[in-house]
Amino acid sequence: MQVARVVGTVVCAHKDERLSGMTLLLIQPLAKDGRPFGRTLVATDAAGAGIGEDVFFVRGAEASFPFHPRTVPTDASIVGIVDSVYT
Amino acid sequence: MLLARVTGTVVATRKDERLVSNKLLIVRPVDPAGTLEGSSLVAVDTVDAGVGETVLIVSGSSARMATGMKDCPVDAVIVGIVDEVSTAG
Repeated sequence: MQVARVVGTVVCAHKDERLSGMTLLLIQPLAKDGRPFGRTLVATDAAGAGIGEDVFFVRGAEASFPFHPRTVPTDASIVGIVDSVYT
Repeated sequence: MLLARVTGTVVATRKDERLVSNKLLIVRPVDPAGTLEGSSLVAVDTVDAGVGETVLIVSGSSARMATGMKDCPVDAVIVGIVDEVSTAG
């Protein structure tokens, strides 16, 4: 899992029916020092996050697990909202 | 998932039988502002996208979770046509 910041939203009217009802958020992965790191990506939201919040997300096939028993075609899901980070 | 722009189509007469009747498109990732970045890839289209449209692609083994893609040899599928990307600030 990786920490990221929610930087926007994505609207898709025409999409795979298995994605219906999913909130699609634009997230920017963050490095350890909090700076943007790597490419911005789109994630399904399983934690109720909002723009500007720091979250952590899971990549890969596991990204669909939070929506079980639905089969959701997603490779990135927000699974938690970060309150604070101690290093 | 990545935002990408459809830049072309691929025709393959001879292919794995589980890919038969699937539409193959060339897509290239874009940033939220719509600027092309990175290298192009081939993705299966499940939502009737067209050249020039911005789409949402799911990659890796999750691609097989898209409708009609069960047990298909794919690692990138177009699962949505993007209408709007809004960014904070």
